[in-house]
Amino acid sequence: MTHEIPPPDPAKASNRLCVIDCDIHPKTSLDDLKPFLSAHWWDMLETYGARPRHGFASGFPYPKSQPQAARRDAWPPGGGLPGSNLAFMRDQLLDFYDMDYAIMNFLSPTGQGAQNSDLSAAMAFAANEAARAVWTGPDKRLKASIVVPYEDAAESAREIERLAGLPDYAQVQMLSRTSELAGKKRYWPIYEAASAHGLPVSFHVFGYSGWPSTSAGWASYYIEEMAEHCTSCQSLLSSLVIEGVFERFPRLKVVLIEAGFGWLPALMHRLDRAYVRLRAETPHLKRLPSEYIREHVYVTTQPMEETEKPEHLIHTMEAIGWDRILFATDYPHWDFDDPRHSLPASLTAQQRRMILSENARKLYGFA
Amino acid sequence: MSGLDQVASGGNIIDCDVHPGVPSLNALMPYLDAHWRDSIVERGIDSIETASYPLKSPLTARPDWRGGEKQAVTSPEHVARDVFGALGADMAILNPLYGVQLILNEDMALALTRALNDWTREQWLDRDARLRASIVLPMHNVEHAIDEVERFAGDRRFVQAMVLVGSETLLGRRHFWPLYERLEKLGLPLGIHAGSSYRNPVTSLGWPSYFMEDYAAQAQGFQSQLTSLITEGVFAHCPALKVVLLESGVTWLPPFMWRLAKFWRGLRFEVPWVDRPPFEIVRDHVRLTIQPFDAPDDARTIERLMDQFNSDDMLLFSSDYPHWQFDGSTAMPRGVSTAVTQKIKIDNPLATYPRLAEASS
Amino acid sequence: MARHVVATANEIARGGRKLVDVAGRGIVVFNLNGEFFALANRCPHQAGELAKGQLCGLVRSSEPGVYNYSRQGEMIRCPWHSWEFDIRTGQSWCDPTKIRTRRYDVKLTHGAELVEGPYVAERFSVVVENEYLVIDL
Repeated sequence: MTHEIPPPDPAKASNRLCVIDCDIHPKTSLDDLKPFLSAHWWDMLETYGARPRHGFASGFPYPKSQPQAARRDAWPPGGGLPGSNLAFMRDQLLDFYDMDYAIMNFLSPTGQGAQNSDLSAAMAFAANEAARAVWTGPDKRLKASIVVPYEDAAESAREIERLAGLPDYAQVQMLSRTSELAGKKRYWPIYEAASAHGLPVSFHVFGYSGWPSTSAGWASYYIEEMAEHCTSCQSLLSSLVIEGVFERFPRLKVVLIEAGFGWLPALMHRLDRAYVRLRAETPHLKRLPSEYIREHVYVTTQPMEETEKPEHLIHTMEAIGWDRILFATDYPHWDFDDPRHSLPASLTAQQRRMILSENARKLYGFA
Repeated sequence: MSGLDQVASGGNIIDCDVHPGVPSLNALMPYLDAHWRDSIVERGIDSIETASYPLKSPLTARPDWRGGEKQAVTSPEHVARDVFGALGADMAILNPLYGVQLILNEDMALALTRALNDWTREQWLDRDARLRASIVLPMHNVEHAIDEVERFAGDRRFVQAMVLVGSETLLGRRHFWPLYERLEKLGLPLGIHAGSSYRNPVTSLGWPSYFMEDYAAQAQGFQSQLTSLITEGVFAHCPALKVVLLESGVTWLPPFMWRLAKFWRGLRFEVPWVDRPPFEIVRDHVRLTIQPFDAPDDARTIERLMDQFNSDDMLLFSSDYPHWQFDGSTAMPRGVSTAVTQKIKIDNPLATYPRLAEASS
Repeated sequence: MARHVVATANEIARGGRKLVDVAGRGIVVFNLNGEFFALANRCPHQAGELAKGQLCGLVRSSEPGVYNYSRQGEMIRCPWHSWEFDIRTGQSWCDPTKIRTRRYDVKLTHGAELVEGPYVAERFSVVVENEYLVIDL
């Protein structure tokens, strides 16, 4: 496969990709957050760090494959971390692909999942203010996800109420590895506030639940941590459905980000079959699990599934629903997907348009 | 010919996942030494049933396969009637799920695991020549597990060694490898069955509220274990070892392998002993029983899902008796061709469990 | 087919690389301990620029837990998705027969031989005394 890939021709308007990128990771620094943090929390951060639910004072239990988990070519020429320089991000992403919008999911520093929920709340406030000051203010194509201190749902709901009316924010952002399964009632105030304001709730993979990374203890390798995002998101989604979150919040939309999607049809079948046998346990459910999922759940593409035969991918996407799949690059991370080359070649023009932009435009209500 | 017709015609079928019910802890008493027998009585230990299969849960036993107490059936006569009779199987492999693997005390766990295996031999294998069984492994300690394998390896009716998918540490980890070396040498597959020892929550996000989540999460447990076995290099170390996923669900496997293959291309430097795509390794080493299949009852969809395996060798027939996975007498999913049905029912089990062929000849 | 002079021989340091444009094609030239190799600057996967990837060694294993590390600096990882390519052959490590990037022969050529022409050199003048890297395309 030594094929040449032609560059896009910006002269032809019909060639325009019309991309809405549903997962990018601009890097807001701790210094960017500082103006929005109290002296106390700044002091605590300087002394102890954010104290996530794992043992490393800095760094990660599973070291990334690349520094900052970044594309080698995403380090700004003038210095700074990947994703930290708006001008360079425009050159490499927003202008390069002529994007309509890009949704920013902040992974750190955000304080999400910190052992101290008060610190989480303070950092979430600061991260959300910095998002506006550093990113959405200067570039209107950028939309922020509202970082919520999700282990404290009441505080999270207050943060949603504070920001929901502003056009800078497109959704509410949680991480997939919450300390309890996301369908548990302790998290419902988040869903209540989000759905009251018509904001989707996204779960971006990663985070530290405090539990072992698998149901059989700790995995050894980063490649396992990556694969485990599929498994944890299956548990997460099962929980949302079976606890009755979608029954209680019928307007709620959920976006699973960077979790892959190949696993979703098998999970829907499994839940449906289990439900048929075990429905007496869940009288609050009125429909098959797969029906809730089809109505309420969206998935993003990156890291794009690569199947052994092309038709397997098409069949999988068809089973999920062409209107439920949102394109994402994951810029500037190492497994970045290019909007020109990552989607299957055999998609119809309409399917491609839906995935690249139309589904997201509709979900987020973008112009 | 439909699966139903074939079953009815009494062709060759090997049922690779049948569950013998232990009627009560008393049934194991004759197989315990005096110390443990008295200790169980003195401490008032009534039951070690597992929460993975609550006795009255609809999944645990099909209504027409329940005994007089409305609990799961508990005798070889029931298996003779339902599995060899109505389902038309010629042989069945017993996978005992009694809760010995949940016991936290290492010595007590060993005593009860040994008792369970002895009970299976005397109360089941000795009473029906069509029965085969798995050796349940005491997994606190790999030396105990190897001893138990050695104790039964000479009895050719034991055709595999079995653990639960919800283990204390991931099964790929190197402290288990002496066990796998032994199984490889003896030609015994490692069977991994649904269910947990509950050393860890059944999800990596903690304890779920509902039993339905516990059951659904078993499939994710298999995904984690398979990843561990591959990435730690078990199959590089034991190239002849076979692993059988029992009651794992089926349709999750190809999509999960796509994902692992994708990451392998960029991250294989971390696990350089994984020197070919994970799905290829799985096709050579891993087998799955067909119930539950986890697919809609729709021939076209099932045909598509089967194609994703890109192999006719991986699936083994099972009823999962007495668990309630299907109604009637057709355990085969619709849409599987006659030729592949034949492989699933007889050829693949024989290829996976070499002891079946020698015993039946 | 034309001879394209893409660099002077001493321009690319050992362990270094240079991205050149040959007849509109991006080609990255590597210096491996004095040997020169050239690959198309496009990953066959999603067109990541190999010139911006990380040079690395090759790690293989004879047995789990054993890391046989060799050929330091002779592999390039695509900056996107980290697939490894052998600089000498253009072959990927994960699927060497199906996934490879195009390689080009690089010839070390004396200026004296070049000045007789024909050749293409857009950005520098060739002098008799020096040595040059030439790609035929």
